[in-house]
Amino acid sequence: MTNGISKNENIVYDVKGLNLWYGEDQALKDINLEIEKNKVTAIIGPSGCGKSTFIKTMNRMIENIPIVRTTGKILYHGQDIFDKSVRVEELRTKVGMVFQKPNPFPKSIFENVVYGPRIHGIKDKALLMEIAETSLKSAALWDEVKDRLNDNAYGLSGGQQQRLCIARCLAVQPDVILMDEPTSALDPIATFKIEELIDSLKKDYTISIVTHSMQQAARISDKTAFFLMGELIEFDKTSVIFSNPADKRTEDYITGRFG
Amino acid sequence: MNQETNYARKDSRMMMKDINQKLPDFKVNSERIARRVKLNNFLKHVFSMSTLFAIIVLAVLLYRIGADSLGWLNLGFLSRNLSIFPEKAGIYGAIIGSVYLMLIVIPVTTILGVSTAIYLEEYAAKGKVQDFIKINISNLASVPSVIFGLLGLTVFGRILNLGSSILAGGLTMSLLVLPIVVVASQEAIRAVPGFLREASYAMGADKWTTVRKVVLPVALPGILTGSILAMSRAIGETAPLVVLGIPTLILKIPSTIMDDFTALPIQIYYWTLDTVLTPEYANLAAATIVVLLVVLFVMNSAAIIIRNKFQKRF
Amino acid sequence: MDDKTKIRQLIQENVSKKKNTTDKIMPRFFLLMAFVSVAATFGIVATLITDAAKFFSQVPISEVFSTKLAPLNANPSFGILPLITGTIMTTVIAMLVAVPIGLTAAIFLSQFASDKMRKILKPIMEVLAGIPTIVYGFFAYSFVTPMLMKIIPSLGAKNALSPGIVMGIMIIPLVASLSEDAMNSVPDIMREGALGLGSTKLEVTFKVVIPAAISGIMASIVLAVSRAIGETMIVTIASGSSKAFTLDITQSMQTMTAYIVEFTSGDAASGTTGYYSLYAVGLLLFVFTMGINLIAQHISKKYREEY
Ligand SMILES: Nc1ncnc2c1ncn2[C@@H]1O[C@H](COP(=O)(O)OP(=O)(O)OP(=O)(O)O)[C@@H](O)[C@H]1O
Ligand SMILES: [Mg+2]
Repeated sequence: MTNGISKNENIVYDVKGLNLWYGEDQALKDINLEIEKNKVTAIIGPSGCGKSTFIKTMNRMIENIPIVRTTGKILYHGQDIFDKSVRVEELRTKVGMVFQKPNPFPKSIFENVVYGPRIHGIKDKALLMEIAETSLKSAALWDEVKDRLNDNAYGLSGGQQQRLCIARCLAVQPDVILMDEPTSALDPIATFKIEELIDSLKKDYTISIVTHSMQQAARISDKTAFFLMGELIEFDKTSVIFSNPADKRTEDYITGRFG
Repeated sequence: MNQETNYARKDSRMMMKDINQKLPDFKVNSERIARRVKLNNFLKHVFSMSTLFAIIVLAVLLYRIGADSLGWLNLGFLSRNLSIFPEKAGIYGAIIGSVYLMLIVIPVTTILGVSTAIYLEEYAAKGKVQDFIKINISNLASVPSVIFGLLGLTVFGRILNLGSSILAGGLTMSLLVLPIVVVASQEAIRAVPGFLREASYAMGADKWTTVRKVVLPVALPGILTGSILAMSRAIGETAPLVVLGIPTLILKIPSTIMDDFTALPIQIYYWTLDTVLTPEYANLAAATIVVLLVVLFVMNSAAIIIRNKFQKRF
Repeated sequence: MDDKTKIRQLIQENVSKKKNTTDKIMPRFFLLMAFVSVAATFGIVATLITDAAKFFSQVPISEVFSTKLAPLNANPSFGILPLITGTIMTTVIAMLVAVPIGLTAAIFLSQFASDKMRKILKPIMEVLAGIPTIVYGFFAYSFVTPMLMKIIPSLGAKNALSPGIVMGIMIIPLVASLSEDAMNSVPDIMREGALGLGSTKLEVTFKVVIPAAISGIMASIVLAVSRAIGETMIVTIASGSSKAFTLDITQSMQTMTAYIVEFTSGDAASGTTGYYSLYAVGLLLFVFTMGINLIAQHISKKYREEY
């Protein structure tokens, strides 16, 4: 049974006994969790509990910090992402990421969207245009920008920039999208649009989202993981977590008693 | 930034106490206050004189040079070649020499300088090697230019047997301004926000792709500004070339980089030295200075325009 | 198979095929370039030391530290002291001009000038700093010297005074801008705290800002000294080439830098003791300026730690 290969087609990520240290400080302690295909998995927990650390480990962005050390396994479709044979470049085209602060490149809107396809060898102009259109449509931005694709991305509003970043991420057609508090820098209307968007992306992509907003987690996610001080306290269906949590600490957190 | 955050750590109450001790006691004494305000205003004017002095000197210098060059600076002067007769002398050869020099300095310093900066900022582990290279380069920037001349004389002139050719002069000059390009490029690269690199890596880009497609384009204006400033330093430098042993009178216009040459600052130097015997040489030197200053002005304006136009877009 | 799947496959194929060869080669190329850049420093040190060693093997040390410098005599003598006094003279004169004017200009710019004024004055300072030294040399020789001669009739056509003054003028922007930076980095709340207590700007400047910025100011002065010692063209043009051991600022003298220029552009045949003496002087100059810079770095490092 435990031959390291996940049998279940529906399990995209299978995290097994993951520990992570920044130098001497342990930030993740023995995390075990599964992320299911075409579901939205929310990660919640008080500040500093390791949410960002965890999500950045999933596409190995965390390795950009030299002092980081990990043990344990993260199986992505049965393959350990820490395995020597896995190239981060390949992993990251399959696992896209959207950051807390919108981070478009100081280039045109079009160039932003086709950045991924371009660096991964697609040169055909018509195909790039097609990709740009599809991605911007999927990111619900097309109508707002179709007449100014050559304008600088920094002329867009914060919410538009974030959707542009989602479009950029979609352009390489990833399998998973990781989002680290994608709406925390946005106003309520822009937040609402992104939430709508996440809901519509679910059918094609597997999404994992870090959020500080309990309401947001409840609104958009299918499953919720609650982290506390580097530990995964509880992981269950969102409806269960928010109505009938098993752990006292989860209950305290979601009812706002601490954190 | 750093200083502010560090400062914040200091107990602010302690700081106020510090300040209080350094100030005179404040017994309300209107006579004293009036005296203090008077002194304040008086010294303010004294201090402004210093700034004014610098401006006056600049004005006098420009005026003198302009006046001396009057009647000598004309198209003929720019298009004629050197001659020992003042009326027949021109700086065409010197202009060509300076242009050639730049044709060597620009590629050599940008390739070496930008590469070094990229290595230091993007690749080198933040540690001993990086510190070592950094210290060396910043120290290089403070070595007197005449010593670069000695280096050029030995390495390019003697060992590589390039004599006082354009190539020897260009390489010597390149080493001289290299630190400027390295430091400016480093600063420009460091100013590229980390979130842009992150965005690129998260798209599955490798490091080189990220550097080429994201970091360098964003850092380009800064790199360009630094490079232009380096070039303007190179175009006005005299000592290293003189040390290389450039002949006083070059009548032939150089046609290859192995030819002997003269350059604008060299010409100014030789003419200035000989003004005792031929007073008109002072006019020739002044006219050449005007040309040099105009070139520098254009280059520096370009640098400033680039800097202002592309500053801070995030 | 829909478009999205098509694109996904296409990209994934490209990515898995791609070899990151350039990604592996580029850092090596950059490292190589970085080493070439650093090699320049070692090149300087190596050339100076090798040829200076030849000089010291040919000339007894007692002669080196003598006051007689006559490299081209039939019976040459290589005393370095005249060059050192020459260098000290011009440097001291330059500092007497640059430090008071540079510092007070810095005080004015950072404490008293309005933003608008600063916007005009700073570029002018930058222009002054960007003028090639050869231009200052011309200015010293053809304008300042004749002017000074009217005041001091005994002044020689070549002397230490005029290039010293002009060198000082040239260095004003350096002192002013570095000191201004140091003063500006004194936290505003220190300044405001004192102003709020009713002291005048002048008192704040001298009792709060300058003490807080003192190491930055010191570093700027030290760097200015190093610039003055290394400055070449102004002295070459305006101070002549007398190798007498003297402290008379009205007469011709020679600095270390000017000696190097005079000798190379003259006809010092390669391989003679005179030729090697260039490198000995160069080495000394290198050691001086480098030592001074290290001091400046040390001072300004200390000053960064203060906040
Ligand atoms: N680069 C780093 N170096 C050292 N320690 C770090 C680093 N980044 C994060 N940590 C530490 O790891 C722990 C988890 O941080 P992380 O950023 O993952 O928290 P988070 O749950 O995302 O918090 P937030 O909600 O504030 O974003 C914290 O204790 C933090 O101090
Ligand atoms: Mg976080």
